[in-house]
Amino acid sequence: MSTAAAAPQAHLVEPAESPLTPESWGKLGMWTFLAADAMTFGALLAGYGALRFGDPNWPRPSTILGIPLTAFMTFLLICSSVTMVEALAGIRQGNKAKFGKFLFLTIVGGAMFLGLQAFEWTHLIEHGQSIRRNNFGATFFILTGFHGMHVFSGVVYLSIILLVGLRGRFSAHNNSEVEIAGLYWHFVDLIWILVFTFVYLI
Amino acid sequence: MAAHVASAEHIAQEERRYIQVFIWLAVLTALEIALTYTPLTRWVIGTGLVLLAASKASMVALYYMHLAHEKPTLKYIALTPAILCVFLVLMLLPDLGAITRLVVTAIEGGGAPAH
Repeated sequence: MSTAAAAPQAHLVEPAESPLTPESWGKLGMWTFLAADAMTFGALLAGYGALRFGDPNWPRPSTILGIPLTAFMTFLLICSSVTMVEALAGIRQGNKAKFGKFLFLTIVGGAMFLGLQAFEWTHLIEHGQSIRRNNFGATFFILTGFHGMHVFSGVVYLSIILLVGLRGRFSAHNNSEVEIAGLYWHFVDLIWILVFTFVYLI
Repeated sequence: MAAHVASAEHIAQEERRYIQVFIWLAVLTALEIALTYTPLTRWVIGTGLVLLAASKASMVALYYMHLAHEKPTLKYIALTPAILCVFLVLMLLPDLGAITRLVVTAIEGGGAPAH
């Protein structure tokens, strides 16, 4: 029996289902990246903890850092996570106006966070803090700077998703790229929750 | 890459959950800040803050990142760095000066002659 007729159909056959088969390979890729990224943040936070608890003269963060401002920044990121899930809900409903509005608000929230962080850094540097001055400054600027770079990347990433979305790329049936971008954005929010607690509050 | 199409009722239910989680996150953040103003010891405040932060981070992962409804594979991937980070902190404990000082103080205190 010839297999010539069956060969063109071979690529249409779905791979066998298994516990490892993801619903979306892109989602699996993003989760794997986020797991690796979480380890980087984990190592930075653990290093910060080791330096801090090894130094009896470590200053109380609240005497140097502005807690009300960063509490507002935390609130801003939490709000931007809500607008992100609303944008995803919008495109899943096929409501492109809702998707565009909420994704735009998410980007604005991220940009405002970056602006406030720039303001905070400028204020601290003007008052003598720096990455070279002591371990407090080094750990503070590295941790918040590394997170800030993630926020910046997220703003760029979401802006691209918004632009291609406005051109009609996504629909109620095709939106996994929006969900994957959302995973990155929520991860950035999750990390800030930890940074805010460990670097600012404790 | 086609995602599954969720029903309108399911999406509406998820949106209600998003708002509930948002309110919890805001309340827990306010609690965290309030806790730093209480006259409790630093260790008690620190432990409370870590628990509150872990709760908030878990809520974001479970509901906003939809981990609660994902396949076990993704749950394991997400759990791996959390376990490794806890392991890393445990491995660093002997190097943490505060712990070392506590042990040294306890030994010296126990061995010192009573006056």
